[in-house]
Amino acid sequence: MTSREQILAKILSSQPELQALPPDVLTAFPAADPIAAFATLLNTIGGTCIEVSNYEGIQKYILEHFAGQRIVSTLPELNTISEQGWENQDPHSYADVDLAVISAHFGVAENAALWITEDLMHQRAVPFICQQLAVVLSRKEIVQTMHDAYLKIGTADYGFGSFIAGPSKTADIEQSLVLGAHGPKGMTVFLLD
Amino acid sequence: MSSGTKDHAALSEIFNKDEARVDWHDETLWFVRAKRDKAAHNIPEWESLRETASLIKNNVLSNLHNYLIDFEEQAKKNGVTVHWAADAAEHNQIVHSILKKHQVDRLIKSKSMLTEECHLNEYLKEQGIDVIDTDLGERIVQLAKEPPSHIVLPCIHKKKEEIGELFHEHLGTPEGMSDPVFLTAAAREHLRETFLTRRAAITGVNFAVAETGEFVVCTNEGNADMGAHLADVHIACMGIEKIIPKRKNLGVFLRLLTRSATGQPITTYSSHFKKPRPGQEMHIVLVDNGRTTQLSRPDFRNSLKCIRCAACMNTCPVYRRSGGHSYHTAVAGPIGSILAPNLDMKEYADLPFASTLCGSCSNVCPVKINIHEQLYKWRQVIVKEGYADPKKKLAMKAMEFTLSNPFVYRNAGKAGRWFMKHAPFTVNNKLNLWYQHREMPEVPKESFGEWYKKNKKND
Repeated sequence: MTSREQILAKILSSQPELQALPPDVLTAFPAADPIAAFATLLNTIGGTCIEVSNYEGIQKYILEHFAGQRIVSTLPELNTISEQGWENQDPHSYADVDLAVISAHFGVAENAALWITEDLMHQRAVPFICQQLAVVLSRKEIVQTMHDAYLKIGTADYGFGSFIAGPSKTADIEQSLVLGAHGPKGMTVFLLD
Repeated sequence: MSSGTKDHAALSEIFNKDEARVDWHDETLWFVRAKRDKAAHNIPEWESLRETASLIKNNVLSNLHNYLIDFEEQAKKNGVTVHWAADAAEHNQIVHSILKKHQVDRLIKSKSMLTEECHLNEYLKEQGIDVIDTDLGERIVQLAKEPPSHIVLPCIHKKKEEIGELFHEHLGTPEGMSDPVFLTAAAREHLRETFLTRRAAITGVNFAVAETGEFVVCTNEGNADMGAHLADVHIACMGIEKIIPKRKNLGVFLRLLTRSATGQPITTYSSHFKKPRPGQEMHIVLVDNGRTTQLSRPDFRNSLKCIRCAACMNTCPVYRRSGGHSYHTAVAGPIGSILAPNLDMKEYADLPFASTLCGSCSNVCPVKINIHEQLYKWRQVIVKEGYADPKKKLAMKAMEFTLSNPFVYRNAGKAGRWFMKHAPFTVNNKLNLWYQHREMPEVPKESFGEWYKKNKKND
């Protein structure tokens, strides 16, 4: 008997009588202003929320804050200020990317997490290996809770997807919060009209 | 982890030698517990969320057989190789064989309590394979050659000055430097180099979805993602109880997990791994290692509902004052004390007794495991099976004899009072554990029984 057969047989003889799944959970207490809730929470977890009316506003902000640095982006709207032809390199080569600008499917008001799948990253390593991460999000794409988030994801197919909430962090040394553990040291969300 | 022959009480005594440190440890963990409370109170429907999570996990345990088969089928369709390991040894061999196939002799690993339980690092070291733990806390205890003392905060027992010394010795930071920001930056540089040069990465698994074959890994540091997305080979190791039925169930668990653990609304990264990236190999190792035995014990099976948030440790008055290492097992604290005796009842016979049974653990558990009731039940099983401390057994037998025999009971009381009054050294000595931390009470002139008899006569 293989380990697989052995484990499955033992489970079958040990598991209790079938107990039904509970009904699905829906958002019970929606925030009155989910956009404000999202922005406040993002700030609390170490991120920065910048409200912009168009891509020009994003370009202007990036040029002001990241001039002269290595910038990559998955957004054609930012072609003029970002490196071209970076997408199909070995992921290790992104270790010196100063700023990566990508987009998200939607944000979640209750925890300021952004749902980003592989197709929006071009390469899975990008949002984790860059020194600073910026994400463009439409104001209309903010849901209330994680329950709504999974309703929105539904049965979507993806190879990899992640909820990203703020910059990478650790409090492993005496519970002192430090931003920038292994991943980005900062996270900017551009909320687009 | 081997602690020699020392039990929880003896190991706690070592930890308790430094009273100031015990106070600091206690307060630090209570601070985390308080953050959990604040986060939970922000969710008005918190209690119903806990109930839902508990019911989902009950469903999982009652249908684990089919869910595992579904999960395997979906994962295979996604291009992931699925392995089954009956025990720790088989798990370690599977991991080793994958590494051998790829001729990898150095790898990185993000946090996985399962690999701690299986002693994977030690095993791979014997095979000549170098493992670097990438979670900052785990890296710190690895440099100190210690096991983690807490499943979420692995080096919570260490002071920043001690970490500064370790970094000075191993990473070349300036002597006496103990600023957390500086030390974290030094670790970031050191580990970045490691991430960029290792071809294989091991991660743990927080949740595995039967419906889709995907698995979710939660970190704040981003170390699991850094490792997995840069490596040619990704091996994810999980206990069979990590299965959940549907993707949408993640909404419930991700809302509860980090709020219960650290008081954050969610971890920075909740990564859903479904398919390997082009050119990458992805493996999942499904591990039993005693879990099916626990499933067969009706009184203890629901310990398998645990999502490893550590809320029960942070709130435990014993854990906070005895430290994680006093539990001499990979998962410390109240939940560890009901999981470990299943693996080895003799080795861990002491752990269910390392509790006041106050019930705080059960009150904070996000999946409503009746932890303190199981601790109490384990005590009974352990005594019945003959694994209890012989001193405790003898004392219990003596008490049983005394309490079931009125003549002996009356005279034992009398004798006790006489000795305490006339020969106090017979009770106020080192052999009496009660006396170690307390004064003995003043000796009453008579027992209640005697007093009652006298006063009844005078009626």
